[in-house]
Amino acid sequence: MELVLSTAIGVMTGCGVWLILRPRTYQVIVGLSLLSYAVNLFIFGVGGVKTNVPPILVDGVPTSVLADPVPQALVLTAIVIGFATTALFLVVLLASRGLTGTDHVDGRNEPK
Amino acid sequence: MDGFAWLFSMLIAGIGFLVVVYARYYMSEDDPVPRFFSFLLAFMGAMLGIVISGNVILLSVFWELTSIFSFLLISYWHNNAAARDGARMALTITGIGGFCLLIGLLLIGNIVGSYDLDKILAAGDVIRGHSLYVPALVFILLGALTKSAQFPFHFWLPNAMAAPTPVSAFLHSATMVKAGVFLLVRFWPALSGTYEWFYLVGLAGIVTLVLGAYFAMFQQDLKGLLAYSTISHLGLITTLLSLGSPLATVAAIFHMVNHATFKASLFMAAGIIDHETGTRDMRRLSGLFRYLPITGTLAMVASAAMAGVPLLNGFLSKEMFFAEAVETHADSILDRILPYVATLASAFSVAYSLRFIHTVFFGPPPVDLPKPKPHEPPRWMRFPIDLLVVACLIVGIIPAISIGPFLQTAVISVLGPDTPEYSLSIWHGVNLPLIMSAVALVGGALIYFALRKYLATCEDGPPILRNLKGQRIFERILVEVSWRWARTLERRFGTRNLQPQLRWVVATGFLAGLLPLYLSGFETRDIAFSGIDPAFAAIWLLGICLAFGTAYLAKYHRLAALVMLGGVGLIVCVTFVWLSAPDLAITQLLVEIVTTVLILLGLRWLPKRTEGLAESITLRARFRRFRDLALAVVCGIGMSFIAYAVMTMPVPDAIANYFLANAYSEGGGRNVVNVILVDFRGFDTLGEIAVLGVVALTVFALLRRFRPADDSMDLPEQQRIQNRFDEDRPERSAGDTVRDYLLVPSVIMTWLFPVIITFAVYIFMRGHDLPGGGFSAGLTLSIAFLLQYLAGGTRWAEDRIRILPLRWMGAGILTASATGIGAWFFGYPFLTSHFQYVELPLIGKMPAATALLFDLGVFSLVVGSTVLILVALAHQSIRINRLRAIDAARAEEG
Repeated sequence: MELVLSTAIGVMTGCGVWLILRPRTYQVIVGLSLLSYAVNLFIFGVGGVKTNVPPILVDGVPTSVLADPVPQALVLTAIVIGFATTALFLVVLLASRGLTGTDHVDGRNEPK
Repeated sequence: MDGFAWLFSMLIAGIGFLVVVYARYYMSEDDPVPRFFSFLLAFMGAMLGIVISGNVILLSVFWELTSIFSFLLISYWHNNAAARDGARMALTITGIGGFCLLIGLLLIGNIVGSYDLDKILAAGDVIRGHSLYVPALVFILLGALTKSAQFPFHFWLPNAMAAPTPVSAFLHSATMVKAGVFLLVRFWPALSGTYEWFYLVGLAGIVTLVLGAYFAMFQQDLKGLLAYSTISHLGLITTLLSLGSPLATVAAIFHMVNHATFKASLFMAAGIIDHETGTRDMRRLSGLFRYLPITGTLAMVASAAMAGVPLLNGFLSKEMFFAEAVETHADSILDRILPYVATLASAFSVAYSLRFIHTVFFGPPPVDLPKPKPHEPPRWMRFPIDLLVVACLIVGIIPAISIGPFLQTAVISVLGPDTPEYSLSIWHGVNLPLIMSAVALVGGALIYFALRKYLATCEDGPPILRNLKGQRIFERILVEVSWRWARTLERRFGTRNLQPQLRWVVATGFLAGLLPLYLSGFETRDIAFSGIDPAFAAIWLLGICLAFGTAYLAKYHRLAALVMLGGVGLIVCVTFVWLSAPDLAITQLLVEIVTTVLILLGLRWLPKRTEGLAESITLRARFRRFRDLALAVVCGIGMSFIAYAVMTMPVPDAIANYFLANAYSEGGGRNVVNVILVDFRGFDTLGEIAVLGVVALTVFALLRRFRPADDSMDLPEQQRIQNRFDEDRPERSAGDTVRDYLLVPSVIMTWLFPVIITFAVYIFMRGHDLPGGGFSAGLTLSIAFLLQYLAGGTRWAEDRIRILPLRWMGAGILTASATGIGAWFFGYPFLTSHFQYVELPLIGKMPAATALLFDLGVFSLVVGSTVLILVALAHQSIRINRLRAIDAARAEEG
């Protein structure tokens, strides 16, 4: 499990990094989304990779076998904030495109 | 607050009061007086803060405040360039000093283990024996010496004389510059008595004492003379403190008080002269005694005190200084030359005091004054000087009765049990200090009469040294650092392009991750290989392909890339389910839907980009791509390794256990994730929803002014085809096809509306005990609204349902905050939750925690924000019609 998950995190990070270094705003926003998946999974993985354990308190089940709730809570907020930043970035890129007429990240096609 | 702090605060408050009275008459009616008094009183507050702080960090905060208010007061006449420059210089020097002081105090706090002043003062031996003693001492001295204008930082004080005279009298003679020596006295028990202390403090003090007095003789500006004299007297106090003997410290404290009294009165007298004659240039002033007899007499007494004439307070502390100078403390050259240096400086001080009086008040009547008829100032303008000069006399004649008890309290609080026996009396018999005084008085008079002719006409500043100006050096450095260096650095390393910046960020991040591995080595331990679930591996194989596809297609095939990105998101969601995190899975799924719709709405406004257009790929571009690819690959591999290492490590016994153990007993919920969010870490969540709300409002505001680029103004191709289809057929009217588009799904979506609302309520209600909660319920409800927009179009949806997202947001944040505040009424801290189970008819036992109310706020805000963002974006299609109409109207006119 860990092997698959860490490979996936690595691939998403690599693709994300490649995309945020590209010159088009749309590539950057997609890259950021990929990066945020990778980071969320990473934070989630810190709590240990557990399959088939109860995520909520059940009478008679010792708490030690439960899934770690702290990274989950962190990631849950991260997902929501990630949505907010994606929305903000999208609107900023649209505004920039409307103002400058180009979708280059610097607002002009030829870097000075 | 001990005796010393008390004495000092009396000094600050007393002189502050007199200065305020004086300033009432000094300031002209054209000056904005409220600003002046508010700054002055704020400064006084900050100064009192320094004096009575019991915590050294607090002390340094007040210290910085005095620097800032000093800046504001010096630049009070801000249309005067000299005032601005002087203020900036004072702020730069004392600001840097204040920063050094903070570092020094942090070091001391680190050594002692407490920032409490009492504990630090009690731990003198620990501090002096510590290896960090010297750095801490140097930093604290930098703070103190810059504030007290000690050599080599003295040059800011004469430039600060561009301030209004009451400010100079208060800040630059009596109080602020005293803060430096105050600090030295304050930390004297903890820091003094070492060779480093003696050399650093002593050298600065002695050089300042002589140079200040020497410079003062050659000033032509009255206030310049007083400023250099202040520097010299502060040097005297510093020298006394460097000696490390208790008696010298007594003399230092005594001289601080004396100097404040006579110097404040002299500054005020100089202000009166300036006020009445319109100039402070000693080459133009003369014979004023016939116009200002009372002020003249007062100034004479005060400057006699400054010169150290018997029967005045300056004489007493100067005698004590001489006595200490003669004693041997630490046998060295510095110590041996001290008596001679002291006598010389004292002679200089006699000379400049004599010059001050003789030039200004005696001689022929002045000619060509800016204000021709000087006369005595109003009664109350002179009153502060009267009072101060009387104090000089009283202390000078009957010291033991007048100042004795106060001094005793102050001294005991600094020196504690080591307080020496000292006698405050005028006559100690004929001894060495008395002879030194006599030599200084006669020598000073001789120096003055020898130099008189030269001084009457010479330029400002002492011969030879006048060309070497600290101010010049300072300005050169300032220009060099803040202009040339900054520009060079900006040119070398700065860029306005995003890509290089991101490249640096990523590369630095990678190196920061690599460095610890390189330094401490990568420990390979036996990692239990837990096996691979083939199904899990298969879905991630798909996920990896999708991620690559996204990266590959994002440039030319945006829609395809978006679909693939959504696919990756879904697989992440499946992973959460697989790994026992249902809450995350729900949220991820919902956010995925909303994000995809959002980006779909945005795609419409991006420029067309078709593959294979003649884009010549230069060698540079190829290199750039290769470099980015390499960076992406190493980052990906590094991240994989770290992730694998972290995940295979045994999970430490962390805070999770606390939450697991207490979620039910204290938060009243079984879903620990939800309890953490709305109860244990409720304050974080409150911050988070506030961020969400702010983002939504920002999006809304940005889109209100949005204007698409020209090539996005036309109807999309698909709509054009559909409209053409309608036009070709007589039985159809334009727009029919658009309306009929996706008819069946849209009916289903419309009918799903109540179902989804019920589902949202269900997710919300069960959130505390089962996966769900405010976030996911809010997203669900906003998807319900969203589907209506998708099904019928913006106009159709808004004809039928009015959503007021701003109200939802406002209600949400208010509910959440009110829940938090509610805890106060029951005497608990903000956001403490309370819970109990209530029996509801039909539904049964329900948990009713106040956290549920908080979650309701979260829910409401999430709904409002999400809908606001989506609707604002969706409305652009309607706005564009208006924009098009405006453009058309303009084109017709043109």
